[in-house]
Amino acid sequence: MLKQLFPNQVALGFAQAGVTAVLAMIVGFAARKRGIHVELETLIALGRGLAQIVAVGFVLVLMLKGPQWTSAFMLSAMVIAAGATSARRTKKIPGSFQVSFWSILLGSGSVIAVMTWAGVIDGAITSIVPVGSMIIANAMNTNALALDRFWAEVESHVGEIESALALGAAPDVSVSPAVEKSFSASLIPALNNLRSLGLVWIPGLMAGMVLTGSSPLYAAIYQFVVIAMIFASSGLTSLISTSLIRHRIFTPAQQLAIAR
Amino acid sequence: MVAENGRSLNLGGATAEGGGAKKITGRFNELKSFLLKLVYETQRLNPHDAAACILFLVPIMLQAQHLTRAVRSKIIVNDVSFDVNAGELLAIVGPSGAGKSSLLRLLNRLDEPTSGTVLVEGKDYREISTRDLRRRVGMVMQRPFVFPGTVAENLGFGPQQQGRTPTDDEIEQLLRDVGLIGYAGQDVRHLSGGEAQRVCFARALANQPAVLLLDEPTSALDETAKLDVETVIRRISAQGVTCVMVTHDFRQARRLAMRAAQLAFGKLVRVGPVSEVLNVETALS
Repeated sequence: MLKQLFPNQVALGFAQAGVTAVLAMIVGFAARKRGIHVELETLIALGRGLAQIVAVGFVLVLMLKGPQWTSAFMLSAMVIAAGATSARRTKKIPGSFQVSFWSILLGSGSVIAVMTWAGVIDGAITSIVPVGSMIIANAMNTNALALDRFWAEVESHVGEIESALALGAAPDVSVSPAVEKSFSASLIPALNNLRSLGLVWIPGLMAGMVLTGSSPLYAAIYQFVVIAMIFASSGLTSLISTSLIRHRIFTPAQQLAIAR
Repeated sequence: MVAENGRSLNLGGATAEGGGAKKITGRFNELKSFLLKLVYETQRLNPHDAAACILFLVPIMLQAQHLTRAVRSKIIVNDVSFDVNAGELLAIVGPSGAGKSSLLRLLNRLDEPTSGTVLVEGKDYREISTRDLRRRVGMVMQRPFVFPGTVAENLGFGPQQQGRTPTDDEIEQLLRDVGLIGYAGQDVRHLSGGEAQRVCFARALANQPAVLLLDEPTSALDETAKLDVETVIRRISAQGVTCVMVTHDFRQARRLAMRAAQLAFGKLVRVGPVSEVLNVETALS
């Protein structure tokens, strides 16, 4: 229906975005009936999400005309934004931005670099930026989950941790149950992605590749490749963030330093 | 001479050396209580001589020196100084919120003093590695925070931090000391509150500490469990382990302690023989 009205592809895109936004707003108003007021929040989030992704589209258009190495800048900017977003969600934790930034950078950066070098990710801007961004976004979520869970575990086990310290345990030993739990909890989404791949969902990348005319079989295999890379970088990110954060909650004299 | 005995006996009491060491411990305690009585009698006459007597006869295990702790500009512990003699049980008493537990947490450096320090057997505790300090100055907390697993695994935790696994005999001896014979393989989830607290005592003793800090160890327990734990405390004290016990229960302090230190609003009000400190307290209240 929209296709006949909007022959121009970009105009069509905006029209499609408008229709989905109306749908989302209907859901927002439906929630109101139950006394949950999210209309304004939904509206702002919708507007913001659209503006951000359109801006990225513009940048990609510009970059396609430039040299390949500009994609490195794009991905670095994404890592910084991911660090900031992660840190906002875990405000209580001391130094959460630094921890988030380094974990996401090392966790996703190393996977992107090695995979691009090995030829698993194509070095072309149209490939490395979207695939890289997926890896970074998932590393961000894993990092936020890991830090959030770690903090919750520490707050609810202050007695056990201090008992261990009082018995002469090193700080790392005293929080190792919290580290283990937050590590495995943060990997649940990435693991579920792998398990349910194809059964519950056909992820966006594969859908996109099929929509733009790639062979569905290759699209399927490549989707697996991406999910597997996401799992690897998530695991790495979580390992790094939990080992960085566990040092930050202790003073040099091995005292638990969280506000009580 | 006494100092030498005191130290070796502490080790003897906590390990499974058996009857010989206990016999000497008993004699040592007789001598100790005689000397302490003598000191307290002298104290009434001449404080200076009494102080000299204490320094000469009974080695000082812990010295709190001007301990102060402030959190967000609120002073919780305010310039507190006192000595803990080797082998004694010192009660820290006072109303809730007086800073008793906060003071205790400074003694094994679980919290950092804003100013002041603690001497452990004459040495500033900042010169001792924190982990070694906490092995020597053990702690039992208000609530029994046992680790998941068996009772034996809990008892092994402290020694394992020093790279040592306790033998089955050591575990049995520790369990005997706290009245939990045959509990080694028991899962901690099946313990009652009082049993779990006694596991915490045994777990702290497994480190063979010179001093044991007790933070209201019976306040979360019912009457029977409380008396069981008091029996354990008496036994540990009789084995020559120096104890510092926080309690808000004056009767308990009278039952267990030799001396008492009274806190109010973070300040040390008075310290001395339990009968004197607590009599003044009851007279005032």
